[in-house]
Order: sequence, then C-alpha cells, then structure tokens
Amino acid sequence: MSSDPLVARHVLEFPGGYTRTTGPVIGRFLSELRARRVVGVRTAEGRVLVPPLEYDPATGEPVTGEYVEVGPAGTVTTCAWVDEPLDAHPLDRPFAWALIELDGADTALLHAVDAGDPKAIAPGTRVWPVWNDHPTGGITDISHFVPEVTKIVAPVRTEYRLQAGGALRVFLEGVARGVFLGGRCPSCAKVYVPYRMSCPECGAVIGEPVELPDTGTITTFAINNLPDPRAPQVPFVSAYILLDDADIPMIALVGGVPAHEVREGMRVRAVWAPPEERTASMTSVRWFAPMERS
Amino acid sequence: MRDVAIVAFAQTRHTSRDTGLTEPELIRPVIDEVKERTGLRRFGFTCSGSCDYLAGAPFSFVSALDALAAWPPISESHVEMDAAWALYEAWVRLQHGDIDTALVYGFGKSSLGDLRTIMTLQLDPYYLAPLGLDQLSYAALQAAAVGAERKELDEIVRRSRADGRGNPYALDLPDPDGAEGHAVRPLKKTDVPPITDGAAAIVLAAGDLAGRLIANPAYITGIAHRMEPHYLGMRNLALSASAADAARAAGVGKGPVEVAELHAQFPHEEIILRRALGLGEETAINPSGGPLAANPVMATGLIRIGEAARRVLDGTARRAVAHAAGGPCLQHNLVTVVEAP
Repeated sequence: MSSDPLVARHVLEFPGGYTRTTGPVIGRFLSELRARRVVGVRTAEGRVLVPPLEYDPATGEPVTGEYVEVGPAGTVTTCAWVDEPLDAHPLDRPFAWALIELDGADTALLHAVDAGDPKAIAPGTRVWPVWNDHPTGGITDISHFVPEVTKIVAPVRTEYRLQAGGALRVFLEGVARGVFLGGRCPSCAKVYVPYRMSCPECGAVIGEPVELPDTGTITTFAINNLPDPRAPQVPFVSAYILLDDADIPMIALVGGVPAHEVREGMRVRAVWAPPEERTASMTSVRWFAPMERS
Repeated sequence: MRDVAIVAFAQTRHTSRDTGLTEPELIRPVIDEVKERTGLRRFGFTCSGSCDYLAGAPFSFVSALDALAAWPPISESHVEMDAAWALYEAWVRLQHGDIDTALVYGFGKSSLGDLRTIMTLQLDPYYLAPLGLDQLSYAALQAAAVGAERKELDEIVRRSRADGRGNPYALDLPDPDGAEGHAVRPLKKTDVPPITDGAAAIVLAAGDLAGRLIANPAYITGIAHRMEPHYLGMRNLALSASAADAARAAGVGKGPVEVAELHAQFPHEEIILRRALGLGEETAINPSGGPLAANPVMATGLIRIGEAARRVLDGTARRAVAHAAGGPCLQHNLVTVVEAP
C-alpha cells in the first residue's frame, strides 16, 4: 500500500460469508455432492441438466422432480489453461478450466481439471472427479477433476551375474593392457573384433588373436538423448567404429566432439583410461575421439 | 412506436489509471456537455448505469446524482448494468408519451480494484463463484470454444488499437509486437481490454422535439435485448443466439449497415458478434477502437451507442448499429439501430 496519506485501502467483505438459501433443486444437488454423488435433474422434455436448475433454460418450464445420477466421469467439451492460478482458484498449480459433459448429462459442468500440462487436455478428454476429503455441501466438494487413467507405470527389475569366459575374456584382457584384440579367419581372412573363437560366416576355427590399432572410422552413429551411466553426458553419441585392419565395426562411445559435429567417415582414435586405472573392462576405453582433435 | 432520437453524446477522455476524481467529478463534465449541446437544463427522465462493486461502495450511484442538480426532485432511475440498458429503460419510458426528453449516463472506475476478480461477483453464487472463476478464465473458455485463428485475433487487436490511437477519447495503446505472453490460454495478454476509467452521457428526445433541437438527430429505428442461460455449460459458447435474436428484433438486416460499434471486450467476441449480427465486409467495425482501445466498464456499451449515433449526427453515416453486452461470455445482448432522418 502506498505511504501517500491521500491513498487508502478499502475492503468490501461479508465477514464469515453471506448466507444464501439454496431452494430444493440446488439443495438436492449439493446434498448429493456431499454424499459424493453427482445428480442431474430431468426436464419435462427429458433432458438431464447438470448442474440442476429449477427451470429448463430452453423452455422456461419447471423441471421435473426426477433426479438422475450421472458421471462421475465425463468428457471435456471446451477447456482453457491457467498458467498462473489466482488465490481463489481451486488449484494452486497450473490447471485447466473445462466444461465437462458428465456421462448421462445433456449439459456441461464447469470445473477445474488437474491435467499437469496443457497438452494433456483437449475437447474429448475423459475426466474423473477427485473428491474433497471433507465434503460440506458445495460445488467444491469436488476438489477438481483429473484425466481418465490411460496408462500405468509398471516397474521391471531383475538382476543377473554375468561372467566373461572364452573369447570375450581374451579380448578384455587385451583391453586391460590397452590393446584391441581381433581374430583372423584362416579360411576367409576376415578380421573380427572383438576377438572370437570361430568365423560366423564360414565356420572355421579362429586361432591366436591379432593386435589391432586403436584408430578407426565411424561408419554410422546415433545421438542418444536418454542418460546412460556409461556416457559422460546427454546427449551422447554411440557409433559403429571400423578399426583399421578390421572387417567388422564395433560399438563404442564417441567423445571429445559436440554431438552435432559427428559424421560418418570421421577418423577416430580410442581415448584410454590411464594405465593404472585400466581393468579387463570396456570402461578402460573412455570413448573414441576425432583424430584431428585428440 | 414513438420516434425517439439521440440528440447529443459526450464522453470523458478515458484514462488507464485512477486520477483521484470522485464519480460525480468524473460525470459532471459530460453532463454539462450534453446540456450545452441541446440547450436543455432539465429532463423528463434520467437514468444511469453503473456497478457498485467497481468502487466497493453500496449505492455509489446515488452520490453520483450530485453531478446532476437533482433539486427540485427529478424523475430518476438506475440500472446495475451497463448504461446501454439505462438508455433502453429511457427509450421505454419515452414511449409512455408524457415526457419528451431523457438524460442517460454511465460511468465506471475499474482502476480501483482488481476487475478480473470483481467480475466473479456477477456469477451464480452456487455453481460458479465458489470456484473463483474470473473474468479472464471464462473469456478464455469462450475463446477456446470459438477456436479462431491466432492471426485473425491479433489483427482485430491491432486494428482496434490503431483506431483507438486516432480517437482522442480512447487510450493510446501500442501495436502488439506478437511476443506478448498468455493471460489464460488461449487468450494472450493483448487480447485483454485495458483497465479504464471513464463516463459517457446521451440525451434522447422524442417526436418533433428532436428535429427542433439539432439538425441531424440519430433516430433509434430498432432496439431490442435478449438473454441466454447464465450457466456456461448450458449454452453453445461458440455462438451468440441471444445477440442474433436481438439483432433480428431490432431489424439490423433491414438495410445496409455502414458502421457497427460492438461491445466486444475480447477479439473472439468480435468474431461471434459479427456472425450473430450478420455483418459483412461493407460494415466498418468499431472505428472508435472499441472496448479493446478503451473499456470504462458500465459505460462501454453506452459509448457504443454514442459512437454509432455520432456517425449519424455528424453526417458521416446514414445507418449504424450499436451492440452492448452484459454477463459472462456475452450472456445478455442489446442491439440498437440508429438512422438519419
């Protein structure tokens, strides 16, 4: 408030609130709400007005005494989005106002919908009421509506114990020394990396591993926007890298370059962890980085 | 029906902030102006329109009578509505035939409180007001129901503000630059009419007197109002059936409409009203800038009638239409047709 003595604060208020009688029709609706039911009233023409009025606005005729339970779910016909709720609004976070045609009603009820995001509500969205914990017989006995359940979150988690034996063990022991080990097929001469026991193409048994250089070429790649514990940041790039002298690319991370600058055909070199940190694990290879930058 | 004409119209230079004038102080100059233009000092009937909730003072319209010189006692009435309905009451009163002149005025200072939430007080107290549904929220629901293109809405705001800058009584508001944020979506902040203080007055004269008072009286050849259900879920918000009914009853379509002054506080309301009144490209809409350029609540509708009449009074139009609205989302609509003799 201004400190100017010529400017005054003025409040208009009925302390404790203004008492209004409801009449029988609105009173019935609010009593049903207090019991957590939503009812409409049937007009002489057979339409169901929700919320009920004493007279049919279409004809001016008194409504019948027949109350019909409707909802509790309904369909949004029109909605607007409040980014900054006012104190008097039903919700203290961004929400939608909506006209909601409750199942079985011929008119729409106006209420708030806690949709979380403006994209989560549109004409046609199905919504259900959330009841106030302490109903008193007022329109706010419905605290607000929420969108119908259309999905659930199903947790999935199982644990395994994996052991590297055979050819993978040979390859990882090479990694621990800072070397990529591959295998040359004695029959078709293709070089595979990681090292493997047999040629998947011709079936021949592969003999002793061969050491391959830690430089290569990106043949294809993907920009990943979901975090991964092995990746340094989001987004990160995983790529197929064809090591020099190998015939089959292997998958590795690409680092040391912005994701959008990675290209097919880019020459890269492995960035190794310092020798004292290396183990028989792919974590010993941090990633591959462009050769012109490394 | 007795011929009734508008013979004088005056309005304040509206302000976007409270200048500290009392309501009688705000009204007095426009009353003086219409008295001077007509040479009339006393009127057969006086009727005003205002809303006590704007000032937060019960019977504030009674103290406004201080602006009138109401002694010896005058025959006076008031509507707690836009003063366009005070004009309607005065027109009906003149039909009785025993008096020949009426003074109508309206005033409002929306700068004193928070208009957006004061407007909640007009809503049904059982189903709507307890939700805290405010003026911008229900207007946004209607805008969503209309679903107009953003480009069309922005153009209405741009045109209204440009015309307002050319109107010495309206506010000087800049062209929207397109970067303004949302009020309540889909409404943008520039779709919201400006908070405005102001007042307006009109003098009606019946029968031959109108022609004796001024050269070009603006004859009211049609006037009617219609209302729809209050509850927003019981009507089609994309249309205005009541405005269309009122326009038919007032005979809007019986001749060409050169100018239409519409009480469209939001751009989507203009789209609804143009359709409801059947207005085409040949009609100039809100050349005064309309409510988007100056919105002295409770006088805005009367000013629409005054602006339409002014085009006839100054000879720039032969037939003009004015529209006034009350209630949430164009619930209640009054349509007036004014014509040169």
